[in-house]
Amino acid sequence: MTTRLLAIAAASLALSACAALEEKPKPAAAIRINEDPYPSTYKRYPGVLTVIRHSTVIDGDGHQIVNGTVVFGDGVIKEVGGPELASPAGAVEIDGSGKFVTPGIIDVHSHLGDYPSPGVQALSDGNEATSPVRPEVWAEHSVWPQDPGFSRALMNGGVTTLQVLPGSANLFGGRSVVLKNVPGRTAQDMKFPGAPYGLKMACGENPKRVYGSKGNMPQTRMGNIALARATWIKAQAYKRKWDKYYKNGGDMPERDLAMDTLKGVLEGKILVQNHCYRADEMANMIDMSKEFGYHITAFHHAVEAYKIADTLAANDICAVMWADWYGFKMEAYDAIKENIPLVHNAGACAIVHSDDANYIQRLNQEAAKALADGIRAGIPNLSEAVAWEWLSKNPAKALGILDKTGTLAAGKMADVVLWNGDPFSDYTRPERVWVDGAEMYDANDPKKRPVSDFELGQPGEGDVK
Amino acid sequence: MIRRIAAALLLAAAAPASAQTFAIINGTVALGDGSQPIPNGTVVIRDRRIVAAGGMRMKLPAGTQVIDASGKWVTPGIVAGFSRLGLADVDLSAEGADDTNNNGPFNAAIDVVPAINPLYQTVGVNRADGVTRALVAPSAGKSIFAGQGAVIDTGADMDPITAARKFQFVELGETGKDKAGGSRASAYVLFRNALREAAELSGVARPIAVRHQRSEDVLLTRFDAAALLPVLQGKQYLFVHVERASDILQVLELKQEFRALKIVLVGASEGWMVADRIARSEIPVIASAVNDLPASFEQLAATQSNVGRMRSAGVNVSIGMIDDSDTRNLFMERQYAANLVGLQKVPGATGVSWGEALAMITSRPAQAVGMGGEIGSLAPGRRADVVIWSGDPLEGSSAAEQVYIDGVRQPLETHQTRLRDRYRYLPRRDLPEAYRH
Repeated sequence: MTTRLLAIAAASLALSACAALEEKPKPAAAIRINEDPYPSTYKRYPGVLTVIRHSTVIDGDGHQIVNGTVVFGDGVIKEVGGPELASPAGAVEIDGSGKFVTPGIIDVHSHLGDYPSPGVQALSDGNEATSPVRPEVWAEHSVWPQDPGFSRALMNGGVTTLQVLPGSANLFGGRSVVLKNVPGRTAQDMKFPGAPYGLKMACGENPKRVYGSKGNMPQTRMGNIALARATWIKAQAYKRKWDKYYKNGGDMPERDLAMDTLKGVLEGKILVQNHCYRADEMANMIDMSKEFGYHITAFHHAVEAYKIADTLAANDICAVMWADWYGFKMEAYDAIKENIPLVHNAGACAIVHSDDANYIQRLNQEAAKALADGIRAGIPNLSEAVAWEWLSKNPAKALGILDKTGTLAAGKMADVVLWNGDPFSDYTRPERVWVDGAEMYDANDPKKRPVSDFELGQPGEGDVK
Repeated sequence: MIRRIAAALLLAAAAPASAQTFAIINGTVALGDGSQPIPNGTVVIRDRRIVAAGGMRMKLPAGTQVIDASGKWVTPGIVAGFSRLGLADVDLSAEGADDTNNNGPFNAAIDVVPAINPLYQTVGVNRADGVTRALVAPSAGKSIFAGQGAVIDTGADMDPITAARKFQFVELGETGKDKAGGSRASAYVLFRNALREAAELSGVARPIAVRHQRSEDVLLTRFDAAALLPVLQGKQYLFVHVERASDILQVLELKQEFRALKIVLVGASEGWMVADRIARSEIPVIASAVNDLPASFEQLAATQSNVGRMRSAGVNVSIGMIDDSDTRNLFMERQYAANLVGLQKVPGATGVSWGEALAMITSRPAQAVGMGGEIGSLAPGRRADVVIWSGDPLEGSSAAEQVYIDGVRQPLETHQTRLRDRYRYLPRRDLPEAYRH
C-alpha cells in the first residue's frame, strides 16, 4: 500500500517536472520488490537463567570440556567454561554429572512437514514434479506444522534446527526453508529468523527418471545439464533486466517467480543446496556454477564425496552425507562407510544428514558410526569433539546461520541439548532440550513433551515415543 | 571388476580347514540366549559346531588353535529377523540387480530361493558387519500371499540356503487390503478361501497333479493352493504382516479358526496395545524395533516402547527390518537393539535388558522359525556362527573383526572397503586410481 502510493507520487512528480521544463521525462524511480513476503513470526519462548554443571561439554567447535559449565539466559549462551565458572545470581542450576551437553543438532536435509506422517497422498507435498524446472515453489508453502515427526526429531534426536527442502524430482526443486524445531500454528511461526533461503537443485538419476519416463527432457544426464544451463542463461538475462531497472528505474519488468529465485542465487542471497551423489556429476555441477557465477553451498547425499574431497575443500563446498546408506540406487553404489571422516580429513566441510523422519532421530548415532569407521581407517585427529562439528557447526555454516547458532559460543542462540550419557553411544537419549533458551523437552516431565494436533485423541497420544 | 572381487572372496573362503577344533578365549562372551555377557569367556568350536561356550575354565585338547579375544566381545552371528537379503543388489532402476518384484501369475507357490544371489554386495556388506543368517521373505505381488521364505547364511560361498520354504508370507494389513482390492474384509475372505482350496487338496496323494479334479469356483492356481497345504496343516510357518492393534486381534482369531496354523506376527507396531492377548496366544512377533511415527493409519500408536511392552507382557519378540531397507541395512538391527536397551533410562518408556536385546537379533528370530536348536546362540551343538567384535556389539561404533559361519572364517572385504583403500589418499600418482587394486 505504502509503496504503491509512493510510486504514484514519484510518477506525478516526474510528470510535473517534465511539463515545467519541457525536457525528456525522467524514468520513474525503481521500486524494490519485497524479498520476504512470508516473514518469520517465530518468537522465542520464555526461559530461565540456567547453569548446567559437572557435565562433559562438547561445544560444537572442536572442543570438549570435562566437568564443564554452561550458562545461558535471555535466549542466548552466556558463558562456557570449566568448573570454576561462577553461577550468576538467580540462576537455576542443573547437575549434569555423567551427562553431556552439546549444541542442538541441525539437520540440513529434512522433509518433515512436506512429506509428513502419516505418509498419505493427501499430505504428499514434497515434489512439484510437473516440470523439471520449478524454482518458483517454496517448501514453506508445503510445510504442515502438525507433522508429528517434528516432535520425534526434538525429543529423540535433539534436533533444534532443520532445513526442509523440496524433493529431488526436479533439476530446480524450489526454495528450502530453515525452521526452528519449535511447534507453531503456521510454518511462519517456525521459520528461523534471518536464515537465508536455499535453492534445492538435483543432478543424476531422479530428474532423468521422473521426466525421461514421461518422454520429456531430461531423459539423460546430459539432458539434465543442458536444461539446467539453459535455465541459468534465462536467469542471467532476467537478472540483467532487473539490475538495469533498479539502477535506472522506468517500467518495472514483469516478475517471474522462478527467475526471482535464480536471481537470488546469482546475487548470493540464496544458497544452493545441490542433491548430487556421484563425484563426476559434482564436478559438472561445480563447472556449471562457475560458468554462471554462483556458488554451491553444499552437495547433499554426496556418497562419492570422498573421491573428490580435495576438490570440495578447494571450492569451499560442504558435503552432506549418510554414515552407511548404500546401493539403494546406482548412484549410491560406491558409498563407503568412511565417507564422512575422509571428507573431513581433506579439510572440507562434512555434514551428517537424515533425509528421513526416522534417521533424524538418530543423527548422533550416525555420526558415532562415521567417527568409529574413520578412526579404524587410521584417519588422524578424530574425536567426539571434532565429530560434533558434523552435527551442528558445519550444518549451521551450510545454512548461513553459523553466526547465530551451531556452537556453544557466548552470544549465540541457546540451542542446547543435555544428553543422559555420551551422545556417541546408541544407549543415549536427550534428557532436556532448549531452543533459544526455552526448555522444549524434559524427559522427566510429561508436560514438556510436544503433542501435535494430529495426535490428540489418537491412540498413543502423549506417549513416550 | 566386481566379478574379480567376488572370485577373490570365494578363494579366501575356501581356505580354512573345516574339521578342526579352535577356541576363542579371553573375550567377553554373550551367548545370545537372553543372558548377560560373561567376562573372560571361552567359545570352543569343532567340526563347524559349537562345542562349549561360557565362563568356565576348559581344558582344551592338544593342538587346539587358540584365538585370543582379549578386550573383544564374542557373540553368535546376527540373525536378521525379517529381510529381503540376497534379493537385490540395487533397489532402483537397475535392471537385473533386483528380484523383489513379483508380478507373475503365481503367489503362494513362489519359493524365494531361486531369487537369492549370495554374491550380491548386500550379502557381503552385512556379512562384514556380523550378520550371519537372515530370514528372507518374498514380496507380495498381486495377491495377499507373497510366497515362501527361506533362512539363509551370508557366507562367501555359493550355498546360501540354510532352510528353504520355511514360511509362507501373507499381507493382512494395509498392504493386504490393497492387494485384496481395497478392503481388509476382502483380504480375509481371500485368505479363508485360499485355505479352503488348500484343504480340498489334503488327502490327495500328489496335490499338484492335474489328474485330481478341483472345485469349479477356485480362485487360486493349483500350484498356489497346493503350496498352502503345509501352512494349513501346521507344517510350515505362516508369517502374517499386520501393524494395527485391531488387525493383530483378527489374526489371533484366525488361530482359533485354523488351529494348526503356526502363525508368526510380523510388524505389529501397535502390538503393545493388545500385548496381553498376543502373549496368551503364544504367537511370536517379529517387530520393527524403533518405529515411533504414525507413518500410516495402521501405525498411529507406534512407539519405541512397543517391543519392551510386548516383552514385559510375555510375548516372544524378535527384531526384523520390515519395510526398512530390508534388502540391505540389516546391520542396523544391532543399533536398534541398543536403542531398546537405552529406553530403560527414559522415564515412561519400556526398554529391554542388554541380554534380551541381543537375543532379539540372534536366538529369538531363529526360534520364531523353529531353528533355535541350529542357529542364533552359542549353545553346544549349534552351528558355529560366531563374531568377534571390537567392542560392545550393540554399539554401532563397534565393528565385526572376525566372522565365522558354520565354523568357517569369512572374508570381510567388500566393494566398499576396496573403494576406501583406493581413495584413502587422493594426491595424483604415476597412474590413475583405476590401477590401484
